[in-house]
Amino acid sequence: MRAVIAEDSVLLRVGLVKVLEAVGFEVVAAVGDAVELLAAVEEHRPKVVVADVRMPPGFHDEGVKAAMVIRRQWPETAVLLLSQFVEERYAADLLATNTSGVGYLLKQRVANVDDFVDALQRVAEGGTALDPEVVAQLLVRRHRDPLEKLTPRERDVLGLMAEGRSNAAIAASLVVSDSAVAKHINSIFTKLDLPQAEDSHRRVMAVLRFLEVG
Amino acid sequence: MPSTMLRRALVRSLRRPPWSPGTWRDVRFIAAGIPSAVPVWLVVTDSGLLFPLLAAVLLCTSPLTALQRGRLRALYGVEIPPPRPPARRRAWLLGMTWRQLLHHLLAGPLLALGAAALLYAWGAALVLTTLYGWIWLMPPGTALRSDLAGLDVGLTAVGVLLLVALPWATTTAAQLEVWTARQLLGPDRAEALERRVEEITESRAGLVDAVDAERRRIERDLHDGAQQRLTSLAMNLGLARRTLKDVPPEVMQVIVEAHEEAQAAIDELRDLVRGLHPAVLEDRGLDAALSGVAARAPLPVRLDVDLSEPIAPTVEAVAYFTVSEALTNVAKHARADRVDLSVRTAGGRLRLVISDDGVGGADASRGTGLTGLRKRAASVDGTLSVLSPLGGPTTITVELPCAL
Repeated sequence: MRAVIAEDSVLLRVGLVKVLEAVGFEVVAAVGDAVELLAAVEEHRPKVVVADVRMPPGFHDEGVKAAMVIRRQWPETAVLLLSQFVEERYAADLLATNTSGVGYLLKQRVANVDDFVDALQRVAEGGTALDPEVVAQLLVRRHRDPLEKLTPRERDVLGLMAEGRSNAAIAASLVVSDSAVAKHINSIFTKLDLPQAEDSHRRVMAVLRFLEVG
Repeated sequence: MPSTMLRRALVRSLRRPPWSPGTWRDVRFIAAGIPSAVPVWLVVTDSGLLFPLLAAVLLCTSPLTALQRGRLRALYGVEIPPPRPPARRRAWLLGMTWRQLLHHLLAGPLLALGAAALLYAWGAALVLTTLYGWIWLMPPGTALRSDLAGLDVGLTAVGVLLLVALPWATTTAAQLEVWTARQLLGPDRAEALERRVEEITESRAGLVDAVDAERRRIERDLHDGAQQRLTSLAMNLGLARRTLKDVPPEVMQVIVEAHEEAQAAIDELRDLVRGLHPAVLEDRGLDAALSGVAARAPLPVRLDVDLSEPIAPTVEAVAYFTVSEALTNVAKHARADRVDLSVRTAGGRLRLVISDDGVGGADASRGTGLTGLRKRAASVDGTLSVLSPLGGPTTITVELPCAL
């Protein structure tokens, strides 16, 4: 899979190239700012972009803005944002353009190479990957809506769904059985009053309601 | 006692001998004050001039004051702040002018008289110390040469004494003039205080901003430096952990431990940097920044934010750190299960209410936590109140002005 990396710190850029190549991605360009990133995406049309949030010239949220442009102009290119700090506001911006093929993780998650590669693959295939910390931030702010009716356990499950995990991954993470997870998810669908539909669609709806961007 | 006083006076005089530049500056300064007082002294010789003089001084109060301030600045290097033009005419007549008139009609002329006497003494001292020279210049047999016989030694001694004492007297007179001018020509006490408060408020705001800027700089440095390096280290160790398959188990154990240590270090550093100045506060404001604080608190927080009025960046930073510290305090001391955090603006005030269901008994007068919060609020003219009965719950209310 072809990938483009945008990271202003040379040290991390080299590290990211190494990690991605080690797990079988083909890094076609590694650039240092958002403008170069957009040019590289236009030129290479990669499957996935891994970009830093804070980049020159302003060192604010250049990565988020570039990601929004990429998702609008080249929908076939997925974007995974990395940052030393995650902020729900940036996640909301990112998800407002497109809820598929986007990810937003803490930079340090790259250190757990297997988890990181899972997330990257998920994003590249059109899924989502949100950092647990972003999900926690979103939970803090959502308390006067149907989500209030969820039990703590159901909120955990919904949070993991929002991170982009499969039933099996959720079960493993909460140390419960697959069927228990399925039960929780059904209960969430009922409480959130989601119409009968194909399961994966309801799943997306639940997450969207959770993120309040749908 | 008198001997030490004498010694001190002598030392002072010797430190400033008659020929030192300081002494001559003082002499020039007090001498320059004499001409402007001459008209007033003319009245003493002819009382018919009284009313024309009063009228003239009344009309020329401002130029006369400016003249005196100019003399102080040019010849003595002292800046007397200009009296501010008063808002009301009455206040102007009653307040400012009579102090200036007092200077121009009474204090100034008296000081000028003293200055004239000192100048005369300088002249006398110079003549007396050089008495022998003058006598020698006289042709032999003249009256001066014979009349002064016997007196000349004493007169020369008086001259020397005067030369020793005059620099000190001149300096004292100059300082008296400066003091009088400060009292009568500068702003009055209330106005001076008002100005001082303005200055202090301004410098305090500057200080708060400077601290803020410094925190931002450190945050940036750590973000670009240590944080990146540690992340890179953890990344490489993670990669080693994944790719090195045929290493002895004890080597792998070391790699795994180093990997975990590096990640723990990243977490610690992240908490520290976060506490310095979150970049999101600058980018997206207080509302956005609070999500992160609330989510990272070690106990559940319900966040309720409604910021409908614009808030100064400095106040946003104060509010952010207040919330952050208050949550840390709750987690440390309150033994609470949950915290409700409400942040709202109303009527130009930003109101933070932090309430927990803990054990209560928090005392703002003891413990550094709440004192620190109170000082932080006070740095932008805000207030903090604590309601915390024993047994709980505790509510901390902080009110800050939205604009500085």
